[in-house]
Amino acid sequence: MRRTLIAAAMLLASQAGADTPVLTIYAGDYFSSEWGPGPMIETGFEEICACDLQFSTGDLLPRLLLEGERTKADVVIGLTSDVTAKARATDLFAPHGQDNSALTLPIEWTDDTFLPFNYGHTAFIYNETTMPNPPASFDALLDMPDDVKIVIQDPRTSISGLALVLWVQAVYGDEAQMAWEKLAPKILTVTKDWSASYGLFTDGEADMVLSYTTSPAYHMFAEEDFTKKAAIFPEGHYFMVETVGKIAQTEEPELADAFMNYVMSRDFQSMIPTANWSLPAALPKSEWPEGWAQLDLPQNVLFYSEAEAAAVQAQAIETWRSALSQ
Amino acid sequence: MALSAQPISGRVGAAAGTLVVVAVLLAFWGIGLRAEPGAGLGAGDWQAIRFTIVQAFLSSLISVLLAIPLARALARRSMPGRDILIMLLGAPFILPVIVAVMGLLAIFGRSGWVNLALDAVGLPTISIYGLHGVVLAHVFFNLPLATRLLLQGWQSIPAERFRLAATLDLPPMMVLRTLEWPMLLRILPGAAALIFVICLTSFAVALTLGGGPRATTVELAIYQAFRFDFDLSKAALLSLVQLALAGSAALLALWIVPQIPLTGGVDRQVQRWDARGGLQRAGDAVVILLGAAFLLLPLLAVCLQGLAGLAEVPVSVWRAAGVSLWVAALSIFVALALALPLAGWVATRPRGSAEAIGLLGLSASPLMIGTGWFILLNPIVDPISLSLPVTAVVNALMALPFALRILVPPLREALTAYGRLCLSLEISGWSAWRWLILPRLRAPLGFAAGLTGALSVGDLGVIALFADPDRTTLPLQMYRLMGAYRTEAAAGAALILLALALLVFWVCDRGARLHAES
Repeated sequence: MRRTLIAAAMLLASQAGADTPVLTIYAGDYFSSEWGPGPMIETGFEEICACDLQFSTGDLLPRLLLEGERTKADVVIGLTSDVTAKARATDLFAPHGQDNSALTLPIEWTDDTFLPFNYGHTAFIYNETTMPNPPASFDALLDMPDDVKIVIQDPRTSISGLALVLWVQAVYGDEAQMAWEKLAPKILTVTKDWSASYGLFTDGEADMVLSYTTSPAYHMFAEEDFTKKAAIFPEGHYFMVETVGKIAQTEEPELADAFMNYVMSRDFQSMIPTANWSLPAALPKSEWPEGWAQLDLPQNVLFYSEAEAAAVQAQAIETWRSALSQ
Repeated sequence: MALSAQPISGRVGAAAGTLVVVAVLLAFWGIGLRAEPGAGLGAGDWQAIRFTIVQAFLSSLISVLLAIPLARALARRSMPGRDILIMLLGAPFILPVIVAVMGLLAIFGRSGWVNLALDAVGLPTISIYGLHGVVLAHVFFNLPLATRLLLQGWQSIPAERFRLAATLDLPPMMVLRTLEWPMLLRILPGAAALIFVICLTSFAVALTLGGGPRATTVELAIYQAFRFDFDLSKAALLSLVQLALAGSAALLALWIVPQIPLTGGVDRQVQRWDARGGLQRAGDAVVILLGAAFLLLPLLAVCLQGLAGLAEVPVSVWRAAGVSLWVAALSIFVALALALPLAGWVATRPRGSAEAIGLLGLSASPLMIGTGWFILLNPIVDPISLSLPVTAVVNALMALPFALRILVPPLREALTAYGRLCLSLEISGWSAWRWLILPRLRAPLGFAAGLTGALSVGDLGVIALFADPDRTTLPLQMYRLMGAYRTEAAAGAALILLALALLVFWVCDRGARLHAES
């Protein structure tokens, strides 16, 4: 039974391959799971392209670097701003061909290679039932009593962890070392990735967790739980973005361009919030799905350009490491 | 020693060993093709190396020390449910690290059961985060392995010895000194070295329970070099450091294992006349209770959390469970096909140093091997299409040292006890395997197969590097759920994973022993 099914599926796949062009998109691992944005994007695009969209998931940047010119990707989706410099250096990417002025990001975006499709900000998430008086600023976070415990991610192994050290660097500059030393006793532990940290928070092991301003949205809209909040700081929050890039030597340049158009479409952008639990990069706030406009978002947004981030990153991580190793 | 002439030859084993060495060397070669000369080791790396050695040394020492009373108590007692208990006690070893950490924190964490209890009676609470937390977690993982290896040692002492000791009316202390201690001297160094190497390659557990960058291990630096900095030469360099640490520990341990000539028994049921006293009984009961509480309470927490999430588990998780079973079966096959001849080869040599080959796959970092093979495979085939077989083979390489540690001692004993008899009957080669070795190795083989399969079911492995979106393994699917806020469903998936790993273990382990007992 099973074997027949697989054989039938393979037959169908090969027929589809014979008639219709295939657009291969490399995506992050989470992307194509049934609860990720991949399946909706696939259905949506295949309706308008007369093609077969195939996701190939895995570790994006290492894979691109390992494959180099031999890459089978036509489009790469999910490159975060901290890896775009390395991705750009491969010379694999072509201009995205879209109008950056159509973006609705809180920062100005001038890159014509990597096109943002969603964004968010770093934030500390707390549970308002157990923490009625959250810190109202980054300074207040540093001045919390030491028995309030937070969990963060390691900047050496996690993108959100890296965003945190850049956040601290952007807020405190030369005093980043001092800030980390004040924060250190409140850091319960550091985890390898975001999932483990967030698990510790939802299990009640920690009072606050480093996550995203959009995290409360999942609890609100998927679980109808309104107790999880992002602490908003007037000093500003670090901006995080995910981008799409077109591979220059693609054999399907028209399809790839059509996909870039699709990324900027209303159809695509309005899927992003609930499929990716992040904010759409090219959709006015008034058109966000029901309830999303009420999300607590920062007034002030901090961001290092690719070059600035590259210049401060190593030192910022070392400051973090030495302050937390004492 | 009578090891000069042997009924089995080491040729196939030497070939299997060469295959393992080549597999690891190929990975280094692949990395070498793409690596550019980079920075050497920085201050942070040296700190990581120091911390890695300290925590691995403490973890392995404490694991084997605690395993001695636990294994002894289990060896001396027969009680209802003993087999199930022994199997369950093995479970922490096969849990995916993230699940085990959640389980441990449910017991020892800030709001864990221990602290709730301490708080309720007005005592100060404890913090698990720090070096002691790292060691606690590693003991939790590895005490089961150490216990099983020692238990196997106890079972290898012929029943006739205990009978003789009872005839001579030896007190428990003397039984320990004359019968049990020599056995421990043979088993302990190898078990300690193996656990040292496992702890050497630990990273997410060490970081989380160590409380921050103080607890950085070499494996974390390897991960960072590969996946974040993409500094292949540094990654390879760090892998070599890890390999050297593991290799020296293994060679030292295997080399100091004393050569104690043994004579065989006639496989009579063991009876422990020396352990019948009330004090002995009470002592064993306390040890078993404490050991079971330490190892089983975190599992209970995992099960309770998982039951709540079971209803939320999507269908794809069950599909992934099927894929994981397939990967486990393949990795059992590969691991045993390598381990059996290798064990035969090691056992025919006077000293056990060759067993260190088995550690190569584990200590060179699976990430390194996966990446190296990716580079080599990429020009020839699409590595994504091979993600499952590659994961299975890497899992098999990782399980190889465990399989060897389980198989070599009984194989050596079989050869020492019956080798000369075999030779005098002119039974050698395949016949010796068929009539002497395999029948005597049934139980250890089942144990090794079960351990390999269970490890493979629970290991995320290299599949995260290049996954086929339509064919994912259970651990990967669980991590995806966790990464998408679906903590409850992920807990449900973790429970399924735990049950599946135990089932695989039980089928192999129990299946083999049922045959042996009939």
